[in-house]
Amino acid sequence: MEAVVFYVGAVICLLGAAGVILSESPVHSALSLVGTLFGVAVLFVAQDAEFLAAVQVIVYAGAIVVLFLFVIMLLGVDSTDDITVEPLKGQRVLAAISGLTVAGVLLFVVAIKGKVTGQHATAARDTPGVPNVEELGRLLFTRYLWAFEITSVLLIIAVVGAVSLARHRKDALVDHDLPHDDLPDLAVAAEEPAS
Amino acid sequence: MILAELGPTPYLALGAILFAAGAVGLLIRRNPLVMFMCVELMLNAVNLTFVTLARELDDVGGQVAVFFVLVVAAAEVVVGLGIIVAIFRRRQGATADDISLLKG
Repeated sequence: MEAVVFYVGAVICLLGAAGVILSESPVHSALSLVGTLFGVAVLFVAQDAEFLAAVQVIVYAGAIVVLFLFVIMLLGVDSTDDITVEPLKGQRVLAAISGLTVAGVLLFVVAIKGKVTGQHATAARDTPGVPNVEELGRLLFTRYLWAFEITSVLLIIAVVGAVSLARHRKDALVDHDLPHDDLPDLAVAAEEPAS
Repeated sequence: MILAELGPTPYLALGAILFAAGAVGLLIRRNPLVMFMCVELMLNAVNLTFVTLARELDDVGGQVAVFFVLVVAAAEVVVGLGIIVAIFRRRQGATADDISLLKG
């Protein structure tokens, strides 16, 4: 039974990953990414991580991919890569070789040679019968409380950074090495005599 | 749990393949948005590995690690997309090659 769930989830994941890498349009890449994220969520459920599966769908597929799509639409959907031309000669071959090497080494470690070593948990044991959310919450607010609080600092920094990046400055520098009709409209509007 | 017949190996192998796929995509694509999506792919591969080992070693701490990875990924996407929007505002149709100098 678990094998069926695993293979369905794995096929969804791999097809989505291939779609992300090989689609010409970024919109198609983003939609393929949703497939991969759903596949990973299915595999989370198959491994007793129900809370993480829910968060995966809500945060990743719901928020992050929508943010991606939002930015793609904001910047114009026609910005497709021509993936048939290779900007650097021989780079794809090298990328494929290194990717295969990474995959080969990891597969060798985990699948051929591997057995899981490491100590079984003593403090954070998965007690049968206790809901996953309860266990996770208990750990988060006791053992990992410091990390949890630091996370809030990280989020505040990210919000401040995003706001200050997205702020439209009046004296924004424009690229003077570009010909003027190449400049985006916003930059033309903001082009004051920049000192 | 009802479905405990498959060991950790298939999950770990899938995580390895997904990670390598994300790395290859990061290397061959030139659109910064798609490169970001490939980073997300790699993060998900690692999350899958974390959850698998959390089950295997009977340790919910692995799932807590995935929780924090999710938070960091969300923050990273927000800041990264902000940077990309700020770059695209100044030059249309930038690829990763055009912005390799970190200056205007």
